[in-house]
Amino acid sequence: MKIAGRYVTGGQVAGQFLLLFLVVIWTLPTVGLLISSLRDKDQLIASGWWSALSSTEITNQGRTGTADDQVETAGGYEIAGNLLPEDSPAEIGFWSDNINDITAYEAGQSAPVDDTGAMTVNADGSYSWVSPEPFTLERGERVFYQAFVPPIFTLDNYREVLASEGIGRAFINTATVAIPATIIPILIAAFCAYAFTWMSFPGRNWLFAIVVGLLVVPLQMSLIPLLRLYNDVGATFGVEAKSYLGIWLAHTGFGLPLAIYLLRNYIGSLPRDLIESAKVDGATHFHIFTRLVMPLSVPALASFAIFQFLWVWNDLLVALVFLSKREDQIVLTSQLRELLGSRGDNWEILTSGAFISMIVPLLVFFALQRYFVRGLTAGSVKG
Amino acid sequence: MATVKLSNVKKAFGSVEIIKGVDLDIHDNEFVVFVGPSGCGKSTLLRLIAGLEDISSGELTIDGKRMNDTPPAERGIAMVFQSYALYPHMSVYENMAFGLKLAKIDRKVIDEKVREAARILQLEHLLQRKPKELSGGQRQRVAIGRSIVRDPKVFLFDEPLSNLDAALRVQMRIEIAKLHSDLDATMIYVTHDQVEAMTLADKIVVLQAGIVEQVGSPLELYYHPQNKFVAGFIGSPKMNFVPVEVSAADAGGVTVTLPGGDNLKVPVEAAGVEPGQKLTLGVRPEHMSETGEGDAAIPVQCVVVERLGGDTYGYVHTEGVELMTVQTDGTSRMKPGDNLRVGIRGITCHLFGADDQALPLLERNDLADIGKSGILSGAPGPAPAVH
Repeated sequence: MKIAGRYVTGGQVAGQFLLLFLVVIWTLPTVGLLISSLRDKDQLIASGWWSALSSTEITNQGRTGTADDQVETAGGYEIAGNLLPEDSPAEIGFWSDNINDITAYEAGQSAPVDDTGAMTVNADGSYSWVSPEPFTLERGERVFYQAFVPPIFTLDNYREVLASEGIGRAFINTATVAIPATIIPILIAAFCAYAFTWMSFPGRNWLFAIVVGLLVVPLQMSLIPLLRLYNDVGATFGVEAKSYLGIWLAHTGFGLPLAIYLLRNYIGSLPRDLIESAKVDGATHFHIFTRLVMPLSVPALASFAIFQFLWVWNDLLVALVFLSKREDQIVLTSQLRELLGSRGDNWEILTSGAFISMIVPLLVFFALQRYFVRGLTAGSVKG
Repeated sequence: MATVKLSNVKKAFGSVEIIKGVDLDIHDNEFVVFVGPSGCGKSTLLRLIAGLEDISSGELTIDGKRMNDTPPAERGIAMVFQSYALYPHMSVYENMAFGLKLAKIDRKVIDEKVREAARILQLEHLLQRKPKELSGGQRQRVAIGRSIVRDPKVFLFDEPLSNLDAALRVQMRIEIAKLHSDLDATMIYVTHDQVEAMTLADKIVVLQAGIVEQVGSPLELYYHPQNKFVAGFIGSPKMNFVPVEVSAADAGGVTVTLPGGDNLKVPVEAAGVEPGQKLTLGVRPEHMSETGEGDAAIPVQCVVVERLGGDTYGYVHTEGVELMTVQTDGTSRMKPGDNLRVGIRGITCHLFGADDQALPLLERNDLADIGKSGILSGAPGPAPAVH
């Protein structure tokens, strides 16, 4: 068959649908999280995000006024008011004074309550309870209702989370950790990779083999020894062990082997003639590095930057070890973990907090994604 | 003044000796071409002169100053690479200005020099483009422009035309020749294409396996090759080699028996030549006559005929020789399967001994002294440097 002027096979069409299906399944959780974080918190608990667009059914109770609120009218005595909180968008569907049978009466219907008089509860929550005899209630009577709330979408959750739950501060802390922890390894690794490629010195190959070997050292193995080292060094210099400098150095150390490896492969794929031509032009190694190699290495630098940034942003373990839980040092991942413990039932806090934590990596990835694959595979195939 | 002198220069990579002792004298404003088959060391020799490789032993002097340990930028050279080596992220202007900027030269001076070079190479309208927006020939000119801007004593070209198509190659060849006369500079040019060598050079250095086989002007090498390698390398189509036996040797030359029985007297020095000795006769395709005219003739059978319109090449077979090439006029009626007698003249032939060295010709061919300018230069080329 022909689509848009080109012949496609049934297999190709099926393949595209399968791809679409996979994409939808893959983005579903993120979409769900986003929708949940934008819902009103009561609705969030009542129904799942997939029914976010339909009215939620809630059951609740309200108290009538007491005998002091009654007003004498022509036909008797009346207590009036509103069962719903002010500004509530809910609409009452059914009501009853019996908790076991909440849908006994419809909104707008009149019925006796507490065997006295007749109460009418309207859809907007207003009620009117009339009785020929004066009321003698000392406490308001409980009236149960089932209401329907139209979907409410709000940014209140985000406001609350950013302002009062410490997420805003944690966001800044995480940025303070992630940005230098990305820039420093790149700088060091770029110089290193250049030296490994274009400068010859004794032991170069051995040194490179060691660097590549360090790629397989597990993070967990070196965390505690490193912290003890920091403590000792910190004690000597009078610097606190748990500080931003410490975590920058830690992330730099863990990220360098991969950085050096990636960048060396890329720089090694630059044409030799280019470097020699610059040498003939009188460029020193430093000139060649800054004016030639770095501008041409942007894809590889960007791809490593993405890797490292995402890794540091989402990291919990290194932050737990090298930073404290003080307000000025706690990172997003750690803060979310705290929230899980103390506010675990408040899903609106959790979802919006989680999404705030996700938004930055998503933005970084979408902004730099064209460098991602290009930088990884550059240098692996000639041309 | 820009003279280059190599004295017994050797280069080894690890234990492999690539350049096995080269002596060379390049005069001011000469266009010297290093030519030879792949792997002969011509590019390595160029890189030694440039300073991109270290000389293992021997001395290199430029303008009388020893340059073995001087870095490339201070040798007063500029190099044009085979792949042009243009900086892809810079415009043409910035490419040409790069070296000068590094030397911290005043911006106005840089601008002058770049625009002058652009004018010479007709690049003025391309100054703001990036290399990827240029054609192959334009990129080549930018690479040349980059070297002109440096005002070097010696220009080094490393197979600059190899990446161009045939038509462009011819055009660029002429431009480089014009450039040489315009700039009045010493140029060293490396190529594997002997046509480029013959057309561009004042002096050709033929290299094989790291040693210099012969040095001389193009026509010197054409008329007086000193060994079988140079004889076979220079001249297109390749010279024919026929195994022959000496029948007589006297002061007038050496007489040899050709396939088919005819005797041919070749005017070469007969010293040390005995009758019965086996030699190799060399005769160029353009010196063979399809109609049998000449001092002697060889019976051949035609195998393949190539017609180019202006010339016809006949590939023929004879006793002892698998294939010989005969060049005739475009109007030739030769066809495969024909039996003919190909005529040759002794004066145009060469004889090579068992050691592949040429027996010296008795008389010097005057044509060998014609330089590029067409004027008889008088003195023959410098003494050959064979190690």
